[in-house]
Amino acid sequence: MTAIRATNLSKHYGRTVAVADLSFDVEPGHVTGFLGPNGAGKSTTMRMILGLDRPTGGSVLVDGRPYEELRHPLRKVGALLDAKAVHGGRSARDHLLAIAQSNAIPAARVTEVLELVGLAAVAGRRVGGFSLGMAQRLGIAAALLGDPEILLFDEPVNGLDPDGILWIRTLMRDLAAEGRAVFVSSHLMSEMAQTADHLVVIGKGRLIADTSVREFIGRSSQGHVRVRSPRLAEVAELVKVGELHADHLRVTAMSPLEIGTLTARAGIPLEELTYVRPSLEAAYMELTKDSLEYTS
Amino acid sequence: MIDILRSEWTKIRSVRSTVWTLAVTVVLMLGLAALMATAARNNAAVPLTFAQTIQMSLAGGLFASVAMATLGVLVISSEYRTGGIRTSLMAVPDRLRLLTAKVVVFSAIALVVSVAASAGAVGVGLAIITPPSSEVGEIVRAVLGSGLYLAACGLFGLGLGTLVRHTPGAIVSAMALMLVLPPLANQLPGEWGRVVADHFTTNAGTLVVFGTENSSLGPWSGFGVYLGWIAVTLAAGAVLLRRRDA
Repeated sequence: MTAIRATNLSKHYGRTVAVADLSFDVEPGHVTGFLGPNGAGKSTTMRMILGLDRPTGGSVLVDGRPYEELRHPLRKVGALLDAKAVHGGRSARDHLLAIAQSNAIPAARVTEVLELVGLAAVAGRRVGGFSLGMAQRLGIAAALLGDPEILLFDEPVNGLDPDGILWIRTLMRDLAAEGRAVFVSSHLMSEMAQTADHLVVIGKGRLIADTSVREFIGRSSQGHVRVRSPRLAEVAELVKVGELHADHLRVTAMSPLEIGTLTARAGIPLEELTYVRPSLEAAYMELTKDSLEYTS
Repeated sequence: MIDILRSEWTKIRSVRSTVWTLAVTVVLMLGLAALMATAARNNAAVPLTFAQTIQMSLAGGLFASVAMATLGVLVISSEYRTGGIRTSLMAVPDRLRLLTAKVVVFSAIALVVSVAASAGAVGVGLAIITPPSSEVGEIVRAVLGSGLYLAACGLFGLGLGTLVRHTPGAIVSAMALMLVLPPLANQLPGEWGRVVADHFTTNAGTLVVFGTENSSLGPWSGFGVYLGWIAVTLAAGAVLLRRRDA
């Protein structure tokens, strides 16, 4: 069963369109990256999935039902929206206990998730004193409380140190490997490239791409070959399809082997012959450049 | 529903502001009872009557009502301030059930503490003043009346907190409706002015505590009118809670 299905989902705030006619599926067993520039409507979409914001049009179903109709929703869906959205006066344990009780999750599970995210030692400390990294872990503990099949993370690596980022990436991959649906938003393509299998890309609230990461890379950007030589002009003449720059030649239609063979035959020495991989970031920028809310 | 009640109980008991606000309520009630009773006993030319003793004993009620209303506001507004309301609504998407659980748990706590504080205050007052006569029935009515009134003030705060969502805004609204506007309503001219004044929030609500000398309402009908105000506020809050994006 499709974990999350959005159908023609729309959200308007007065005249401002936050999300427009958005349709996509999130499948179990994968990390689905939800990608878009800041202000593209990612958080609004996540809030609509979770029944927090009401769609202006369309619908979104979780495990085939609207979120509001789930009896113990946390046992089906776990979400981390904003790690800092906790009452600072409460201890980590009490914070999780209150959430667990509301969905009839046994208190022993609180201890389990605290250990899982590495917060067991500070369980009794007030959350207000937590660093962002610790708050993020607490938020993830809350998301995992109900052992849910579907997980949503909104920009989970924002503000984390490299250790924390690596930990979250591994966790998300592991959760997906266990057969859960993981839906994670980010405005960084490079981040998604390392964790996601599938991508839902939006800009200005509209769907730009719904594709596997591999397809996305292949389709949106080609690699090129960078050639440098003391006799660059001759190389350019020989290759014909190259694009001549001040100190190098950029070739997209030929492989390094083809170019190398040509120049070897002509006896032209080469200083550099490099295959430059397609940059995901560049592909993503290319794709979303028309839909940036704020450009510098 | 029992799960949600348990969860709300954990939320309320696990923050210091609850414990502090309740402690302040009790201390104010007992302290002012002792202070007022001692002052009244030392200054009075003639021995104080039973009715006056009760009145002196419950002098802290005004401040205690502010403390309770503040706590009521915080029960929900603190979730809006921190963003925790989203976590709560993800766990309990049925918003009316969430609000109901908050109302039930908070009412129970508020009632227990308010009745205990009122009983303590009346006890302190009676012990200090030792009026010539006392009626058990009247003592019970005053204690229960004061306890119910204070708990109701807390619920009024909870309703306003749900409606306004913003802590300072909700507290200011509560103060205006409970303390500032009622005396102003008393200044309204004419027959209708008097009806409005008698039915205005705490003007009606305090009748159950301090009796009904100048009012057209009885102690319990007055309290009923106050509950009416609270019910309307809570209902309006519930409608908006359901309708608004969290």
